[in-house]
Amino acid sequence: MATTMVKEVGSEPAQLLGPESASERTLYPYVTGTSVVALKYKDGILMAADMGASYGSTLRYKSVERMKSIGKHSLLGASGEISDFQEILHYLDELILYDNMWDDGNSLGPKEVHSYLTRVMYNRRNKFNPLWNSLVLGGVKNGQKYLGMVSMIGVNFEDNHVATGFGNHLARPILRDEWHENLSFEDGVKLLEKCMRVLLYRDRSAVNKLQIAKITEEGVTISQPYALKTFWGFSAFQNPTVGAEGSW
Amino acid sequence: MDLKAPHSMGTTIIGVTYDGGVVLGADSRTSTGMYVANRASDKITQLTDNVYVCRSGSAADSQIVSDYVRYFLHQHTIQLGQPATVKVAANLVRLLSYNNKNMLETGLIVGGWDKYEGGKIYGVPLGGTIIEQPFAIGGSGSSYLYGFFDQAWKEGMTKDEAEQLVVKAVSLAMARDGASGGVVRTVIINSEGVTRNFYPGDKLPLWHEELEPHNSLLDIINASGPEPMHM
Repeated sequence: MATTMVKEVGSEPAQLLGPESASERTLYPYVTGTSVVALKYKDGILMAADMGASYGSTLRYKSVERMKSIGKHSLLGASGEISDFQEILHYLDELILYDNMWDDGNSLGPKEVHSYLTRVMYNRRNKFNPLWNSLVLGGVKNGQKYLGMVSMIGVNFEDNHVATGFGNHLARPILRDEWHENLSFEDGVKLLEKCMRVLLYRDRSAVNKLQIAKITEEGVTISQPYALKTFWGFSAFQNPTVGAEGSW
Repeated sequence: MDLKAPHSMGTTIIGVTYDGGVVLGADSRTSTGMYVANRASDKITQLTDNVYVCRSGSAADSQIVSDYVRYFLHQHTIQLGQPATVKVAANLVRLLSYNNKNMLETGLIVGGWDKYEGGKIYGVPLGGTIIEQPFAIGGSGSSYLYGFFDQAWKEGMTKDEAEQLVVKAVSLAMARDGASGGVVRTVIINSEGVTRNFYPGDKLPLWHEELEPHNSLLDIINASGPEPMHM
């Protein structure tokens, strides 16, 4: 599908640096992050993600920050293709830059950033060239807590607790049971850690190095990386096939 | 949704930072199917005086990407009035890899030294993710090195320790990966400049089930002289 007939000398290499031309599609991801889990608590939002990025079945990178602060009020967590997440951060950098350049005392809140991301993801989906990510967007502005999710096909919603990937199957049921309004910071962290521990046991692409991020009216803090203890001392684990040799 | 596993890529490439610079290393085998098209290739390619890139995957794709990046960096250096930083070089590589991800099959390791950040290594795997690391491994041979580096890598190595680690690692990968072989080439980049080293296949250590090479069987059977007589 030809676009222009006249090309300037020297412009072709530069076009390679820009976004792809019309008739292409992203077929499959290469370097991927796994679950992100988040919940609303008394003072704002808590979000957790491990620092792993897998390359197929290899746990290739183990120090990747999958949560980043956006502007003053929001935090973005991503699972899926890391190169697409890096591109999204680039788009958001530009968005926040223009927002600051207005210099009008207003700043984009989490609701606005979520809306922008939804538009980006949905429009890419319509061109059959999705950004292969599931995004979790949380934030607090003017006392209002906000927690939302956008998938790679543009499905978006808000809730009191959200998760991506395996987290949907393993963490959400725990959160549905144990989440309540006005969780304290400590209870919120413990609840997230409970979810992350289950994911560590049951998700092959999980890595035992995680960060927990907190967003309140004051701002965004992302914890240092740390690892969780795991429990293997069940008596049933000692000799599981006694009495049923050959089973597992 | 079927997550297709990544292609394995012929080659072993490594980039390691040390206290004062970086050491880049690679094997020298280029294969077309089962045939070794070039047994002494140079996979460590210059981008600027102070930044080099290790290439893996499709030879054509990695060559064209490094050619374009060299071209852009040349212009950038003229406009900037001083040497380009490793970060800028790595990001140009990322832009090409990311924006043409459907067409390219190449994994690259960008390494160099600049006056602002010192020695830096950036991995740019398939898909165009950019990731700064204290050390990076790539290519099909790297599968055999994850365990090795988990154990052997230490922060704050000297230049010689780092180079020895790289040579040992490439050599171990070559022992097990059919797509890697030939010689080990290393490039050391620091504030003083760039040093290229060459370790021919016969000067590398021998690993499990590998034997000392000889010119001929005749040298072996004749070596120790006639056998003493037994009763």
